[in-house]
Amino acid sequence: MFSLLQEKLEDAFRKLRGTAKISESNIADAMKDIRMALLEADVDFTVTKDLIKAVTETAQGEDVLRTVNPGQMIVKIFHDELVKLLGGGATELDLSPPQRILMVGLNGAGKTTTSAKLASWLKKQGKRPLLIALDLYRPAAITQLQVLGQQLGVPVCVPPAGETDPVKATRAALKWLDEQGGGVAIFDTAGRQEVDDELLTQLKQVRDLVQPSETLLVADAATGQQAVAVASKFNETVTLSGLVMTKLDGDARGGALLSMRQVTGCPVKFIGVGEKVEQLEVFHPDRMAQRILGMGDIVTLVEKA
Amino acid sequence: MAGFFKSLIQRFTKPDIDWDDLEASLIAGDLGPKLALQIVSDLQAQQRKLHGADIVQVARDHVRKILPESVPHLTPFADGRPKVLLIVGVNGVGKTTSTAKLAHLLQHAGHKVVLAAADTFRAAAVEQLQVWSQRLDAPLVKGPPNSDPAAVCFEGYEMAVKTGASFLLCDTAGRLHTKHNLMEEMKKIHRVLGRKDPTSPHEIILVVDATTGSNALQQAREFHKAIPLTGLIVTKLDGSGKGGVLVPIQQELKVPTRFIGLGEKVEDFQAFDSKRFVDELL
Ligand SMILES: Nc1nc2c(ncn2[C@@H]2O[C@H](COP(=O)(O)OP(=O)(O)OP(=O)(O)O)[C@@H](O)[C@H]2O)c(=O)[nH]1
Ligand SMILES: Nc1nc2c(ncn2[C@@H]2O[C@H](COP(=O)(O)OP(=O)(O)OP(=O)(O)O)[C@@H](O)[C@H]2O)c(=O)[nH]1
Ligand SMILES: [Mg+2]
Ligand SMILES: [Mg+2]
Repeated sequence: MFSLLQEKLEDAFRKLRGTAKISESNIADAMKDIRMALLEADVDFTVTKDLIKAVTETAQGEDVLRTVNPGQMIVKIFHDELVKLLGGGATELDLSPPQRILMVGLNGAGKTTTSAKLASWLKKQGKRPLLIALDLYRPAAITQLQVLGQQLGVPVCVPPAGETDPVKATRAALKWLDEQGGGVAIFDTAGRQEVDDELLTQLKQVRDLVQPSETLLVADAATGQQAVAVASKFNETVTLSGLVMTKLDGDARGGALLSMRQVTGCPVKFIGVGEKVEQLEVFHPDRMAQRILGMGDIVTLVEKA
Repeated sequence: MAGFFKSLIQRFTKPDIDWDDLEASLIAGDLGPKLALQIVSDLQAQQRKLHGADIVQVARDHVRKILPESVPHLTPFADGRPKVLLIVGVNGVGKTTSTAKLAHLLQHAGHKVVLAAADTFRAAAVEQLQVWSQRLDAPLVKGPPNSDPAAVCFEGYEMAVKTGASFLLCDTAGRLHTKHNLMEEMKKIHRVLGRKDPTSPHEIILVVDATTGSNALQQAREFHKAIPLTGLIVTKLDGSGKGGVLVPIQQELKVPTRFIGLGEKVEDFQAFDSKRFVDELL
C-alpha cells in the first residue's frame, strides 16, 4: 500500500510537472488523487473534504499556477496544512498535582502496554511512577500490569480480591495512593467500545473519582473511519486531555489521528512504536504528516528547494 | 459505519450524482478502492436517472456476488486425528478471546478441545488463556516465558492425541505483518505442526478487528503470503465498525469470513452469515 500511494502521488505530481501550461483543471485532477490517498490512509471522509477545500483555497491565494513548480508547491501546502492540523510542535505531559493519568480507549488498543511505557518513561525522567490496575474484566489484565510493573520495578496497586466494581476499586486505589507518599499515578482501565453506554457511564464515574490531570485516549494506528465517533464519544464522556497512537511500528498510515485531533482538539502526547516498554516516542507532527501523505522524500525535497 | 448503505441513500438524494463523492464514500466505508470503482462504473453505465436507493441496490448486489453464500463448517476428522486450528493476527485484535470463543462453540457441539498457549511473549498472555481454560474446563498446554511457541503447539498436539480431543486450538502472539522475524516464527509453528500430521494445521484463521481501516487488507495479504489462510474471524462487531473490509479481503484473496465476534463474553460469537451481513450490518 505504501509504495502504491507514493506512486499515485508522484504520478499526479508528474502530470502537473509535465504539462507546459498548468490549468485549474490540472490542479483539480491532482486534488482528486490526493483525496483518494488520504482516504486510503484512513483519514476521515469529512476531514478529507475540508482539507482539500482548504488547500485548494490556499493554492489559489498563493497563485500556485505561476510558480516554477506548482506540483511541489501543492504538496508543500498540503504538508503544512496537515502539520497545522496535527498540532504544531510537541506537547509535554501535564504533571501538575494531583499527578494522575487516566488511560482510556477501545479494546486491545494498547492501554496496559502504554501505561507501562509511560511508567518507564517517567522513571527515566527521575519521577516516581505508580501503576494502578482498574481492569477487572479482561482475564489476567491485572496480572499483565503486575508483570510489567515488576519488570520495571514500579509499584502496582491491585484491586481487593474478588472486587468486580471498578468504582469501588478506584476508591480503594485512591486510599492506596495516599499511603504511597507521592508519585505520578497511572490508572489502567478496561477496554470498551464507544457504543457501550453502560461501560462508558462506569468510566465516567471512575474519572470523577480520580480527577486526573491527564486523560489519555489510546488508539491503534490502524483505526479506520470510526475514529471520529470513537474520539468524540470518549471526549464527551471523560473530557480527554491528550491522545496516544500505538502500533506505529507497522505500516498503517495512521490517518485516524487527524480525525481524532480534529474532533477533540487534544494534542498528541506520545506514539507507541513497538511491544517493548521502552518503545514509546514523543510525537512529531511533521513526521506524522509525511507518513499520512506517504511522501516523506518529496517534502524534504521541497524544503531544500 | 452502522447502516453504512442506508447513509448513502440519505446523502445521494439528487439524480445528478457526484461520482467522485460517491466513490470516496464507498472507500470510506472500508469496501476498498477496487470495489468502489466497480460499483461506480456499474452505476455510470446505467442509462437512466439514479437515486440513492439504486446505489444501495447496486452496491449490495456487488457485495453479494463477492461473498460466498455459505462457508465450510468446523467438523472433526472421522479417523479420530485432532483437527488443528492456528489462530493468528496483529496485536490486540482479539485472538485469545476468539480462541476461547471457538473452544466454547466446539464444546457446545459436543467436541473435546485442547488449548495451546503459544503466545509466550506478551505479559500474562498465558495466564489470560489459562483463565479461559479454567472457565471452559478445557486442558491447556503452556511453556515457560519466551520459550519456543512451536514447541508449545507440538506438545499441544501430543496432549490432544493423548486425551482423545477432536480439536487443538493454538493461540499465537500478536505480530505486525511487517515484522520479518515474527512472521518467520509463525512459519516455524506452521512447519513444526506439519511434522505430526503433514496436513496440519488444518485451519489457519486470521483474526481481524472490525475497527481497522484499510490496513486490514494489507494484514490479510501479508499473513496469507506467509501461511495459507483458510478463514477470517472478524471481531468487535458490537462496536461501530461494521467490517466492510472483509469484502475486499474475500474479493482479492478468496479468504472467507468464518466467524464474527460481538462482545467480550464467550457466547458473543457467531458463524458468519453473509446474507445477514449484506442485508443488515452493511
Ligand atoms: N507492535 C506494537 N504492539 C503494541 C504497541 N502497543 C501495544 N501493543 C500490543 O498490542 C496488544 C494489546 O495491548 P494491550 O496493552 O494489552 O491493550 P489494552 O488496550 O490494554 O487491551 P484491553 O485492556 O484488552 O482493552 C499487545 O499485544 C501489545 O503488546 C505498539 O506500539 N506496537
Ligand atoms: N467488544 C469486543 N471486545 C472484544 C471482542 N473480541 C475481543 N475483544 C476484546 O479485545 C481485547 C483484546 O483481546 P485479546 O483476545 O486479548 O486480543 P489478542 O489478539 O489476543 O491480543 P494480543 O495477544 O495482545 O495480540 C480484550 O479486551 C477483549 O476482551 C469482541 O468481539 N468485541
Ligand atoms: Mg488492558
Ligand atoms: Mg492474545
